[in-house]
Amino acid sequence: MILGASAPFSPIDTPSIAWLAIAPVIALAAAGILVVMARALLRGRPAAGAVATGLAILGIGAAGGLLAWQWFHVRDHGPISTMTDMVRTDPFAVYLGILVVAATAAAVFLSITYLRTEGLEGPEYLALVLLSAAGMLAMTSANDLVVVFVALEVLSIPLYVLAAFDRRRLGSQEAGIKYFVLGAFASALLLYGIALVYGATGTTSLTGIAEFLTARRVFEDGTLLAGIVLLIVGLGFKVSSAPFHQWTPDVYQGAPSPVTAFMSSATKVAGFAAFLRVFLVAFPVYRSDWRPVIMALAVASLVVGTFAAVVQTDLKRMLAYSSISHAGYILVAFAAAGTDDVQAASRGLQAALLYLLTYTFMTIGAFGVVTVVGRRTHDGRHGLSQYRGLARREPVLAGFLTFFLLAQAGVPFTGGFVAKLQVFASAVDAQEYWLAIVAVLSTVVAAFFYLRVTVVLFGADDVAGAHDEAGSDEAASRSPRSRRWIDVPAGAVLVVSVVLVVWSGVFPGFFLDFARDAGSLLALP
Amino acid sequence: MTEFYRNYLAVAVFIGAALLMVGAMLGAGRLLRPTRPTDEKLIPYEAGSDPVLGFGQSNVRYYVYALLFVMFDVEAVFIFPWAVQLETLGTFGLIEMVIFIVILALGLVYAWRKGVLRWA
Repeated sequence: MILGASAPFSPIDTPSIAWLAIAPVIALAAAGILVVMARALLRGRPAAGAVATGLAILGIGAAGGLLAWQWFHVRDHGPISTMTDMVRTDPFAVYLGILVVAATAAAVFLSITYLRTEGLEGPEYLALVLLSAAGMLAMTSANDLVVVFVALEVLSIPLYVLAAFDRRRLGSQEAGIKYFVLGAFASALLLYGIALVYGATGTTSLTGIAEFLTARRVFEDGTLLAGIVLLIVGLGFKVSSAPFHQWTPDVYQGAPSPVTAFMSSATKVAGFAAFLRVFLVAFPVYRSDWRPVIMALAVASLVVGTFAAVVQTDLKRMLAYSSISHAGYILVAFAAAGTDDVQAASRGLQAALLYLLTYTFMTIGAFGVVTVVGRRTHDGRHGLSQYRGLARREPVLAGFLTFFLLAQAGVPFTGGFVAKLQVFASAVDAQEYWLAIVAVLSTVVAAFFYLRVTVVLFGADDVAGAHDEAGSDEAASRSPRSRRWIDVPAGAVLVVSVVLVVWSGVFPGFFLDFARDAGSLLALP
Repeated sequence: MTEFYRNYLAVAVFIGAALLMVGAMLGAGRLLRPTRPTDEKLIPYEAGSDPVLGFGQSNVRYYVYALLFVMFDVEAVFIFPWAVQLETLGTFGLIEMVIFIVILALGLVYAWRKGVLRWA
């Protein structure tokens, strides 16, 4: 006790922890670690694979249950703030957390058969998905720029590995390296932005920054503005908005299809969770500075996403560009949520949240079909000619794909229509009429390429130019590996997605209320 | 120019001086020395070890050890300050550190079971 004798003993005040607030994150992370352990210790036993999958599903189920508990707790008792206010579990966080967990479950179910047919079975896939999802959940409730950054890294690093998971396929390796290099660069920019914002305001807490900026005027705000710009770049990269979208088509195309489904849905939800919260909570005072930038990103994403998608000949690339244009719609609602008119702002936030919900299920469905179809060719070829005449060979899959494409185009009675309508209405409410017009026009152009794919699906096999692919496709369908079936887990994902997209399109009331409740309690000024 | 930016002026001056000095030294050497290259002089290691054949510069299999090393290195970075403050951190700190070490140890168990510690 020499130390104790010389220095007076004074216990450090450890922060109080509300375990309910971080329980879902712990559930996913623990499941990830247990999956690795189960496979490491049971190596070679036949039950190992089933045990790992079971543990993963158990962890996701536990996280989902805890999030449901959180939702009712937060609704009745108000937001939970814990760890010296670095984590704030409010309806906004719980809502987006539920979307992340749903997307994670879909990614796991889609991959069960995929991994077996591709010979990629291993605990690593499930563990990486679970750990990445844990980072995404942490991101939805992050109330501090440092937590945002740590969560971003926790969700990104497993994704870099997952993108390159199909090591034998060159496209997958390329996707992994590209995503890693560009993603690390974007993370560095974000971190620099955080440092500059900290330098200007003296705090990294989002609410702390807002209090600082409302309490006093910053006269020389060059440092702060530079920090805000870098935050926009770093987060804009993660949600793949133009002009930070260059990685998206290559990575979405090269990554294994279930990973693409996961990346395009859950990552975008987590990215927008941080994007919306950081700017709406921390920088409302500077809205006249960042709102024009968000609008510019929205227009760029809409234009680039739509027009580049028109000329794609690969379905996965086309869906990647369409996801860029979807990011544009969410950014339109984001710009509306940034107005100082409280009514219009909450309307905009509601539209953004609703769009994220329908987008999640539409994109999971589309990439789910791509996953199942891709199994026939080892996930290597997704050219549009590959899909020509799919309606005759595999009518069920073609039906699913048609439905999800029409929903993404915004056909009435699907969730895509309601979500798009909300976005347009929110832009009008915020009196950004030209933004609404751009969004509507890009919807018209987008309808063209979604319908073009549908026409290809229902077209005849023997169209000139498609002979080669069609011939090898016949050969592939004769080989025993490529039986024509939809496995039960993937089929369940597709059916659930269809049900949710139709439900949110025909009876949107429940989802609209859900999104409104989620948005209304985000501490808007 | 505010005090804040003036502080950075020193950094700029320092970068300039560094570039100037290195440039001057290398440039002067280049101007003064005679250049008579032979094959022996042009190999990277003047010690005479061949950089291409045999074991190479380093075996790629060492990367696993490098990864495991980083794992324990990070562990040490956290354990040293924790150990100094153990008494003040109390039971909470002890449990936290046990959880941290267990998670890292599980990583080692995984690597072990995967057979990466065997050289052959």
